[in-house]
Amino acid sequence: MLDWKLDFTWEILPRLIAAAGNTLIAAGGGYVVAVILGLVFVLAQRTPFRVLTFIVRELVEFIRSTPLLLQIFFIYYVGPQIGLRLSPWTAGLIAIGLHYAAYLSEVYRGGIENVPKGQWEAARAINLSTVQTYRRIIIPQALPPALAGMGNYLVGIFKDTPMLSVIGVAELMHTANSIGADNYRYLEPYTIVGLIFLTISLPTAWLIRRFESAVRRKMGLTR
Amino acid sequence: MKDDMSQYPLRLEGDNVPMVRFQNVTKRYGQLTVLDGLNLDVAEGEMVTIIGPSGSGKTTVLRMLMTLEEIDEGVIYVDGDPLTHMEKNGRLVRANAAHMRRMRAKIGMCFQHFNLFPHMTALGNCMEGPVHVLGMPKKEAEERALELLDMVGMAHKSDQHPSRLSGGQQQRVAIARALAMRPKVMLFDEVTSALDPEVISEVTGVIRSLVDQHSLTMLMVTHQIGFARDISDRVCFFYGGQIEEQGAPGILLDSPQKDRTQQFLSAVLEAN
Repeated sequence: MLDWKLDFTWEILPRLIAAAGNTLIAAGGGYVVAVILGLVFVLAQRTPFRVLTFIVRELVEFIRSTPLLLQIFFIYYVGPQIGLRLSPWTAGLIAIGLHYAAYLSEVYRGGIENVPKGQWEAARAINLSTVQTYRRIIIPQALPPALAGMGNYLVGIFKDTPMLSVIGVAELMHTANSIGADNYRYLEPYTIVGLIFLTISLPTAWLIRRFESAVRRKMGLTR
Repeated sequence: MKDDMSQYPLRLEGDNVPMVRFQNVTKRYGQLTVLDGLNLDVAEGEMVTIIGPSGSGKTTVLRMLMTLEEIDEGVIYVDGDPLTHMEKNGRLVRANAAHMRRMRAKIGMCFQHFNLFPHMTALGNCMEGPVHVLGMPKKEAEERALELLDMVGMAHKSDQHPSRLSGGQQQRVAIARALAMRPKVMLFDEVTSALDPEVISEVTGVIRSLVDQHSLTMLMVTHQIGFARDISDRVCFFYGGQIEEQGAPGILLDSPQKDRTQQFLSAVLEAN
């Protein structure tokens, strides 16, 4: 029989909630890196510079084809050998940001390719520059269909933050592990961690859907 | 075969410089030659209609003028200056982006499928170029855009997004958007082909009023033979990437000399 101890629950709850803050910071920070870097990745692949395009495309492919856990270990433990000595937090944010940037760049690419060719031609016909065309015409239209995918990866990055525990980032999983090891009790901390993840994931997914339809409406793109 | 650039003037000078000149222009897509050494002059203020079977290169003429297609051989001059070439050390070389942008400012285009920006209102579509390309103050751009929308009969829909407009309405907004950039040359690429028959006259009416009021130079590709007859100064019949026959509409359309022109016209008239 499972033996749930209520007083132990109350005792560890504040620590876990504090750690949840760290988890949110890791997920949020990693996501900001991923959103920006992903855009850099996709735009770099669309420049006329063949070498750059090739390198970035292969990099994205490489990141998408290897496990996140390996990438985290690699940046943290191999980095120092090439003079890249990073704190667990920095290494973790770079790893998770880079990983999700690769996936987000594919989401963006889908969104950009979804914009009809006629939009590029109309932009050229009114003589917008390439940068203006992206900023004013293409990205605003590529964004709404990309929002669903972006939202999925926001929840995804949040659920992947426990992997940062392996290099000692004091997020939820790491804290739950150490509580468990100190007290020889794992039922309560792991259950609470699961519940915390649920109470954040579910409303986030719902909010993203609301946001997506609001953006579509605002841009007059409802069909 | 390499094109010898020394045969082309650096710019056209003198009296009678045409607004548009295609000199020996060739365009290929792989093995397919779409334009085959085309020579065509369009005078300032002239309305030239291009007709011809599909694949004859007629739309390519407009798309090359709008710099939507690269040129393989020959030179296009607009307002005397080469469009996709520029002078370097006394000869013509491929133009850089700055030259192309400068030249593109002289040209406006309307498309078969309108291509309005769906995330902007009708007004926003007409202000986009003036504000962000011409650097016009927002207020002035808005006033001008509203004037143009009024001219095409769309002022009452200025706050609507394209998804709320009919095809004919969208095309009229697209005409206003192109005119807002004050082009010297306007290109109409099958602008009525995607429209329901009952709204075609909304759009042809607007183009008609442009012919009457402005000294714009216009090139139009259309299947509306009757419309072409009414408003064109000249009609060019394209076949195989070249002009097979051209002349005043009354002459070319009523008494064509070449067999291919006759065949095409009788086929089109029968379909209508």
